[in-house]
Amino acid sequence: MAYSQPHSRVSVLSTSSHSSSVEHLSPTASTTRFSLPSIPATPGAPAYPRPAGVRPNIYDRNLNKTRITEVSGAAFTFLFSEVVQYTQKRVSGINDLERRLNTLGYRIGARVLELMAWRAEAASKAPKREIRFLPALMSIHTQVWRAVFGKPADAIEKSVENADEYMIIDNDPLVERYISVPKDMSTLSCSSFTAGIVEAVLDGLGFPARVTAHNTPMAQFPSRTTILIKLEKSVLEREEVFKG
Amino acid sequence: MAIFGLWVINKAGGLVYQRNFADGLAQLTSNEYLVLAGTLHGIHAITSRLSPIGGSSSGAQVIEGESFKMTILLTATATKFVLLTSLAEPNADNVLQKVYEIYSDAVMKNPFHTPEMPIRSEGFDTRITALIGSGL
Repeated sequence: MAYSQPHSRVSVLSTSSHSSSVEHLSPTASTTRFSLPSIPATPGAPAYPRPAGVRPNIYDRNLNKTRITEVSGAAFTFLFSEVVQYTQKRVSGINDLERRLNTLGYRIGARVLELMAWRAEAASKAPKREIRFLPALMSIHTQVWRAVFGKPADAIEKSVENADEYMIIDNDPLVERYISVPKDMSTLSCSSFTAGIVEAVLDGLGFPARVTAHNTPMAQFPSRTTILIKLEKSVLEREEVFKG
Repeated sequence: MAIFGLWVINKAGGLVYQRNFADGLAQLTSNEYLVLAGTLHGIHAITSRLSPIGGSSSGAQVIEGESFKMTILLTATATKFVLLTSLAEPNADNVLQKVYEIYSDAVMKNPFHTPEMPIRSEGFDTRITALIGSGL
């Protein structure tokens, strides 16, 4: 069961929610912890009159409307730049930095998967979920990428040497668009953040894997990045059983 | 009709970026460029207080010589972009505005840049090259 062995990276989240499961029920009690705006609890009636022309608070918006809720690209890049700077001050090396970015992405990926499943399947009478690896990989390449970055990834490849390795390729990753990595850190790929998102989605779908990001520049795509997925043995074994 | 060079001066008067694009001006050492940038910073500070109607002004915007013209763009954060061009260059202001745009994208959004320090960003170099032309 997934609950008996929580993933090491979500342990912080799960302990905090256990300790305060009562608080969660009341929106006013949780304001100090999540800095939510305080909303008077009056079910059935609009919480407060809204002046005309003001966009609704993000918490009041419909989760299913994606068309008008795009996020400012500049705001994201500045935030991500600060994230990288903050993280860089607290790590000892490039591997450590990539691991931490991966962890941050993981926490986003877990939420992306849940939100996407809700958006795509909640209304359907027979909700489904991918149980085979290749369709799951395809849906990450198109749906997850479109939900997070607004465009599908550029390619999927399967490793020739190792049967357990698959690659998602992005020719111009959004998170790295304005990042110039200094020469002495040339192996660093800030797309480790994206790798974390992919890892969380795969984990959530039941395909545990180790996901890393690597720079694979080409002449016309200098920031081309490969997201390398190394599946756990159990996944391959299960795929074999499905085939038979 | 030529663009000779581009300087970026930080708010303390230090030269954080300098690049030549065409022959036409005397070649200087990097130390001389630093001194010139510091001097220009001082001159600019004086000119910004010379407004006859009181209050502060934007300071010098164009300085012209016999063979060249210096166009200065002062940003809201007191960073100065200086473009050295020939006298006939008509769109120095446009170029500077685009340089400012590239600077805010490729320098300020880059987590590996330290504010007020020399600009060493591949992305900035590449996009400036695309805008003005290859360096010497």
